[in-house]
Amino acid sequence: MAEALLSVRHLEKAYQKNVILTDINFDVHKGEVVALLGRSGSGKSTLIRTLNGLEPFQKGELRFAGEVVQPKAATWLQLRQKIGMVFQSYDLFPNLTVLDNICLAPTKVAKRARAEVEPEAQSLLASVGLAEFADRYPRQLSGGQKQRVAIVRALAMHPEMMLFDEVTASLDPEMVRGVLDMMVDLAKQDMTMIVVTHEMNFARQVADRVLFLDDGTITADTPAEAFFTAPPTASAKEFLASMNF
Amino acid sequence: MDWTVIAQSLPQFTAAFWLTLKLSAIGILGSLVVGALVSLAQYFRLPGLRQLAMVYIEISRNTPLLVQLFFIYYGLPGLGLKLSATVSGVFGLIFLGGSYMAEAFTSGYNAISKGQLESGRALGLTNRQLARYVVVPQGLAASVPALAANVIFLIKETSIFTVIAIPELTNTALDLIGLYYRSNEYLFVLVVAYAIILIPLSVGLTWLERRVRYGTFGN
Repeated sequence: MAEALLSVRHLEKAYQKNVILTDINFDVHKGEVVALLGRSGSGKSTLIRTLNGLEPFQKGELRFAGEVVQPKAATWLQLRQKIGMVFQSYDLFPNLTVLDNICLAPTKVAKRARAEVEPEAQSLLASVGLAEFADRYPRQLSGGQKQRVAIVRALAMHPEMMLFDEVTASLDPEMVRGVLDMMVDLAKQDMTMIVVTHEMNFARQVADRVLFLDDGTITADTPAEAFFTAPPTASAKEFLASMNF
Repeated sequence: MDWTVIAQSLPQFTAAFWLTLKLSAIGILGSLVVGALVSLAQYFRLPGLRQLAMVYIEISRNTPLLVQLFFIYYGLPGLGLKLSATVSGVFGLIFLGGSYMAEAFTSGYNAISKGQLESGRALGLTNRQLARYVVVPQGLAASVPALAANVIFLIKETSIFTVIAIPELTNTALDLIGLYYRSNEYLFVLVVAYAIILIPLSVGLTWLERRVRYGTFGN
């Protein structure tokens, strides 16, 4: 198999003496979709946030595209251009229109010309049915629309990998589908993705692999279908039962 | 009420009116500059400057303008710095107003959700870019109501300039009362003069708050 796009070795994270993540090891290959599952408080969000440096880690090693990631500010600034991330709270910039939200990082961080970025942003918006919202402000959008814009905003940076941290968790039920569909499409286009989610049907549909996190350690790393048909551990089984799955 | 007394005093009051406006304007502009710098030093936790800003804010907010003016006008000459009454007044107003403006800016910056900073960082934006495109524009818009309240407050505070004999409105009124013992007439003009400045300004600032909000957040 080709070299992993992202590989994590013996990663450990602690807040003071409180150990949150212990000995985390996994690889993500190009085009792969990995679902990161586990109970609340198992460390999923913390783990996904260490992958682009929003949370510092104390031990272990992170490699991206074959290169060791030096955990310092300058490296993270570079890496964040290649790893997009979308959060539970959509966090669009309310002082900018939808179009300006999308164009900000490509023009200011990636230093691309606005004339080049804008048509691309427009067509990305159109592809998720939001073409007519380009000039609106975030507060004029519904939660689901905002979240789709947040995903487009991350995609406009041409990331090599996307991190999704419970992106549907604070949406009204009727808004969830549109956002999930967008992620399914991305997966079909071979985007490499790590997805933290509580939507089990979605995880089963979209993920190639499941990482199951239990109390800060990965206790299962299995193909997705196997995880759902025959949960590999008692804890995973309990978890799926608790999700009515 | 004797209207001829009022009419005779109008040239003096007019001069005082313009002086009050002029000193207020300089004091307010200076306060805005000081406040903006102090608040940014605090928000971005600039080492050294941040502590200095904190000490300044505490001293400025917890001493009366009256005492600040006494210190500048009567105290500083003892330290070898002699300033005219007018300059002392303006400095005092800026010293007082700077901390109030800083707190107004800070409250605006603090209204910005932490998630926005995080999603901005996740896009690769530097702190400086975040400040320029996200924090400052929103912070300014959110702090307009507090800034506007400070503008009104600082104009009213110029009445304290009377203690160092700057011939602004209050000083002029008190002077005339002392000379001619016509307190009803002169106090009436004094109230009207402040109202002419403050009421339209207050209405204008409310309008500005709405405009800025619309211009910044589209609603």
